[in-house]
Amino acid sequence: MNKQIKPSIMKKSLTRRETISAYLFLAPALVFFVGFVIVPMVMCLVTSFFNYSMTEFAFVGFDNYKEMFQDDIFIKALANTVLIVVVAVPAVTAFSLWVSSAIYKMNGALCSFFRCIFYLPVVTGTVAVTVVWKWMFNKYTGLFNYVLDSDISWLGDSRTAIWCIILILFTTSVGQPIVLYVSALGNVDDSLIEAAQVDGATSRQVFWKIKWPQIMPTTLYILVITTINSFQCYALIQLLTSGGPNHSTETIMYYIYYQAFKLYRYGYGNAMGVILAIIIAVFSALQFKVAGKKND
Amino acid sequence: MKRIKATPYKVITAVVLAALAFFFIFPLYWILTGSVKTAAVINDATPQWFPLSPTLDNYQRLFDNPALLWLFNSVAMAVLAMVLTCVTASMAGYALAKKRFAGRALLFSIFICAMALPKQVILIPLLREMSFLNLHDSMWAVILPTVGWPFGVFLMKQFSENIPGELLEAARIDGAGEARMFTEIVLPIIKPGIGALAIFTFINCWNDYFLQLIMLNSRTKLTISLGIAKLQAEMSTDFGLIMAGAALAAVPIITIFLMFQKYFTKGITMGAVKG
Repeated sequence: MNKQIKPSIMKKSLTRRETISAYLFLAPALVFFVGFVIVPMVMCLVTSFFNYSMTEFAFVGFDNYKEMFQDDIFIKALANTVLIVVVAVPAVTAFSLWVSSAIYKMNGALCSFFRCIFYLPVVTGTVAVTVVWKWMFNKYTGLFNYVLDSDISWLGDSRTAIWCIILILFTTSVGQPIVLYVSALGNVDDSLIEAAQVDGATSRQVFWKIKWPQIMPTTLYILVITTINSFQCYALIQLLTSGGPNHSTETIMYYIYYQAFKLYRYGYGNAMGVILAIIIAVFSALQFKVAGKKND
Repeated sequence: MKRIKATPYKVITAVVLAALAFFFIFPLYWILTGSVKTAAVINDATPQWFPLSPTLDNYQRLFDNPALLWLFNSVAMAVLAMVLTCVTASMAGYALAKKRFAGRALLFSIFICAMALPKQVILIPLLREMSFLNLHDSMWAVILPTVGWPFGVFLMKQFSENIPGELLEAARIDGAGEARMFTEIVLPIIKPGIGALAIFTFINCWNDYFLQLIMLNSRTKLTISLGIAKLQAEMSTDFGLIMAGAALAAVPIITIFLMFQKYFTKGITMGAVKG
C-alpha cells in the first residue's frame, strides 16, 4: 500500500514545487503588468461611470456614455477616425502585400535593402517624420505647392487636411507589415507551387489558390495591428493640425486627450476610451470572421 | 533555380519600386539637408534640392536649448526600459513556455487579451496613478508602463518553446537548481530572442511620443522627441532649427536600427507567429 501511495505524493509535491518556481519566475513581470496595465485598465472602466475631475468625484451611472452620443464633436471625431481606418487599413495591407510579393524573391541584400527603406519612417520616429512633412505641406515654402505648381493650404483646408494625415499615417504604417509578409511568403511551401506550375497554373492562380490561403494568418495579424494603430492615431493630429480646421481632423484619441488633459474631465475621457476599446474589439472580431470565412 | 526573365511586368515593377523607395527615403533626405540650409534658402518658395551653401547655424541655435540633455534623457529612458523588459520578460516567458503550473492557461490568455487592447486608452488612469506614486514628470513614469506591456512576455514565450525539455530534465537530474538552469541552459538558447526584444523595446520606448507627452513636463526632463515638438510649437516656421532637431533625434536611432537590423526583423516576425 505504501509503495502505491508514494509516487502520487511525490508527484503532487513536484507539481507544487513546479508551480511555486513558475510563479517566482513570473513575479517580476507580473508586478509591472498588474501594476501598470491591469490596474489602469480597471480604473479606466470604473471611473467612466463617475463625474471625475480635479475637484469632483461622484457616481453618475451611464451619464458620460449618454453625453457622448449627444456630443457633436465626438460624433465628428468618431466619423473621422472610422474614415482613417477604412481608408488606411486596406491601403496599408494591399500595398505591403504587393511590395512584399515583388521583393521577397530578390537576392538577400536587395530584399533587405527594400525592407529597410520601407521601415525607415517607423524608425525615424513620429515626431521627426511629422515635422518634415509639415514643412513639405507648408503653403509658402513647402515642396508640394512648388512641385504641383499650386497654392493650397494643405493642412489648413478641411477638404485636404485629413488626406494629408492619412498619407503620413500610411508611410509610417507599412514597415512592419512588409517585414511580416516577406517572411510569410518565404515560408510558403515551394513544392506546392512547383506542382501547380507543372499542372499549368498561371501565376495569378498560384497566388490566389496557394500563397494567399497560406499567408492568411499573417494577413489577419496585419489587419488587426493596423486597425489598432489607425484607431489610436494621435501624434500626427497633435503635431499637424490640433484637430482643426473646424474639427475636420479631430480623432477620438485626440478628443480624449483634449477632454482629459485640457478640460480635466477624466471620467468623460475614460468613457470615450472604453467605447474606443469596444469599437476596436468589434472591428478585430469582424476581420477574423470575414477572413475566416474566405479561408474555407 | 530558374533564371529570371525580364518581362515588361517585371520592368514596370522595378521602376515603381524604385520610385516608391525614393518617396520613402526622401523625408529623411529633406530633414538632413534642411538642417544645414540657411534661413534665406529655406524661406524661398523655390526649393534648393541640394544645400549649396551649407551652414551649421541651425545646430548652433539648437544647442542653445538643452538638446543634448534631451538626447541623454531619451537614451537613459530607453536603455532602462530595455534592460528591465528583457530581464522580466525572459524569466516570465520561460516559465510560461516550459513549466506546467496551475493558472498557466488563464494567465497566458490574460496576457494575450491585454495585448489586443489599445495601449493609449489607459493613459488617463496611468497619469493619475503616476501622480499618486509621485512619479509624474520623472522618466520612471514612462519606463514602468513600457516594461509592463505584455508583448515582451509573449515574444519570449515564443522563443522559449524551442528549449529542448530533455536538456532541462538532464540538468535537473544532475542536481542543478532553478537559478542555475535558467542562467546556464535557458539564457544561451533564447539569446537571439533577447536581442530582438532589446532592440524592439529600445526603439518603441524612444518613439512612444504620446506616453512621453503625458508624463513629462519640465524643460530639463524632456526627451528628444518632446523637445522637437516643443520647438515646433514655439517657432513653427523656423524649419531650419526644427530640421536640425529632427536630425538629432533621427540619426542615433536609425544608426542603432541599422546595426541591429537582423535581430529586429526576427523579433517582428516571431511576435506574429501564432499571434
